[in-house]
Amino acid sequence: MTQTEPSRVAQQAQTGRPEWATLLRRKPRPAETVIQGLLFASGAISILTTIGIVLVLGNESLSFFTDSEVSLVEFFTGTRWQPQTGDFGVWPLVNATLMTSLIAMLVAMPLGIFAAIYLSEYASPRTKALLKPTLEILAGIPTVVFGFFALTFITPILRSLFGVDTVQIYNDASAGLVMGLMIVPLIASMSEDALSAVPRALREGAYGLGATKFEAAVQVVLPAALSGLVAAFIIGVSRAVGETMIVAIAAGATSQLTFNPFQAAETITGHIARISGGDLSYGSLDYRSLFALALTLFVITLGLNLISRWLVSRFREQYD
Amino acid sequence: MATIPLPPKAIDSYRPNLAGRHAAGRTWETIFLAATMVGILGLVLLMFNIVNNAFGIVAYADENDYSLFSPVPVEQLADSDLIVLLTNELSTGAINKLNTEKALDTRSRSELLSLVYERILERKVVASSTLDQALFARADFEAEALAKNEAAQFVFRSWLSPEFLTEPMSSQALFSGVRTAILGSLLLITLTIAIALPIGTAAAIYLQEYADKSLINQIIETNIYNLAGVPSIVYGMLGLAVFVRALEPLTSGAIFGNVDSNGRTVLSAAMTMALLVLPLIIVNAQEALKAVPDSLRQAAYGVGATRWQTIWHHVLPQAIPGILTGSILAVSRAIGETAPLIVVGASTFITADPTGPFSGFTALPIQIYNWTVQPQAEFHNLAGAAILVLLVLLLTLNASAIILRNRLSARRVL
Repeated sequence: MTQTEPSRVAQQAQTGRPEWATLLRRKPRPAETVIQGLLFASGAISILTTIGIVLVLGNESLSFFTDSEVSLVEFFTGTRWQPQTGDFGVWPLVNATLMTSLIAMLVAMPLGIFAAIYLSEYASPRTKALLKPTLEILAGIPTVVFGFFALTFITPILRSLFGVDTVQIYNDASAGLVMGLMIVPLIASMSEDALSAVPRALREGAYGLGATKFEAAVQVVLPAALSGLVAAFIIGVSRAVGETMIVAIAAGATSQLTFNPFQAAETITGHIARISGGDLSYGSLDYRSLFALALTLFVITLGLNLISRWLVSRFREQYD
Repeated sequence: MATIPLPPKAIDSYRPNLAGRHAAGRTWETIFLAATMVGILGLVLLMFNIVNNAFGIVAYADENDYSLFSPVPVEQLADSDLIVLLTNELSTGAINKLNTEKALDTRSRSELLSLVYERILERKVVASSTLDQALFARADFEAEALAKNEAAQFVFRSWLSPEFLTEPMSSQALFSGVRTAILGSLLLITLTIAIALPIGTAAAIYLQEYADKSLINQIIETNIYNLAGVPSIVYGMLGLAVFVRALEPLTSGAIFGNVDSNGRTVLSAAMTMALLVLPLIIVNAQEALKAVPDSLRQAAYGVGATRWQTIWHHVLPQAIPGILTGSILAVSRAIGETAPLIVVGASTFITADPTGPFSGFTALPIQIYNWTVQPQAEFHNLAGAAILVLLVLLLTLNASAIILRNRLSARRVL
């Protein structure tokens, strides 16, 4: 003991710490650090994806817009999109995208919200347990199947209703209607979440004042859940704008600026799918124009998603 | 006690009209129910339309009469005579190609007959009907078909058949199948899981178990949420520029000595799909990790385990069923995705089976798309049958996810 005593003292003098502190100090574990680093890297891949999307789309779009044949002004104001003749005005494609999305939302919004009100306010637990999963099957069906449905079922019906001369084989109405059907479960489930989140006390209060079930649902619960409904609407629009297969199959392959829903008009996504599916030489103006279109699409959908998220967090009613 | 007098106007306007209000309530309840039912009706019609297209009458005719090749109808020939007939009529190259796929003398009688019909008699579809036409308007359909070709013969056909599953793609609808597409889809989905599952789980572990509330971690969380809303075709463009073109030496297998391939391979598509499903997998895995009780972590720390030991030995085993189920559900969405595959260049017409990660390929949704956009009715029949195959595949994946979860969670200690 007496022999070790000086060395201890010497050690303490050296490190400025008592020996027990050295013993209890956290052991350096390089493997743990490496693992944490790897895990962080995996998490960062999502950021890399976003950066990748922005860089790739931005870079190719930039070389598209700096080409002598196109100009930013023409891109955003032009009303002809004919890459063969060097016309790159984005409006026909945007217009068709807006048309199909509008038709889709006209179908999906009332159906989705009404279904949500029924499921949240009226349906018994047993009915709800039956109806809700059935409706959600729709959300799991691949969009190419919806496209097949639009072209081989809805289009013939439209043509026999309105006449084969009025309704072209490929038309925006058919694509929009089926897209609406596809979006119904999304709107219904988001709206139902919003309606269910409204506390029971509000309904009880309305009943106490003599409201009927319908009045309580529509005049009290619905306004209380409004931010959630609007968010559902915006997510629905974003989904409609980005939907590809239904429009690629049913809306046709001619880009034209038309407000007639029974005519063929190619959307942004439909155009990207058609051109990139064919023989495309890398670095050509055609190839680059697709990236400019994809960038437009990305900005629109990202904007819509951000607005929706902001709405939910900003206007969420805090009742508890 | 003084009563508070109501203003006279309020008394005037107070009309309970309960009957009317209840009637309005009932009307609206019916409307709400009807809206739900319209959605479900849409699903029913969608399914009906698929089945309606997958079955029907086919009118077919042979370009070449059998009497040019054989004294009796080819159905009456023996197997060996069919082989002789094929060997005589087809070029040596074609026979060699057939033999390398599967030796002629090992083929079954129905396979040989199909070959004779397709290659020698050149059997073609004259007209094709849907199921409802076959049942209710058969006479009209037959008259129309006979007007097109008076030699037309009629047969009721289920387009979904064993041959449909085992035959490769063909330009002749009668002899076309989805074998290459099924194999392509399965290979694609296996690779996607192999890439996305480890990365997604690791990211979820980081976010759930390690990350503090620092700025970078919040950015990652928000970013994952936003990525989930990016249209799939934009992922396709990313895949085209990065995996197909920039990383072509890797994705074509050139650095592994593969020369006969470009960047449009299964691997490129799987990487693109992996990026597409990553946000979903991460969110699902985070939920699974959240569900593991904290007491478990505290107990592990209490006996001196490090953070990683705690996660690896205690948290992960508990969360695995949830993570797997969530991942399979996420990946089953990828199996139906079509747009990114079109962009990264899955071939629409390919008859060779995919051989590995560096081969060109086709997939079920691509095949469905390709057949749907053909104008002839028989290709819509094929698309209907292929959709049935795709839906069965989806159903199998989802069911296996649920079974897996149940079996794994039965083994859990908690």
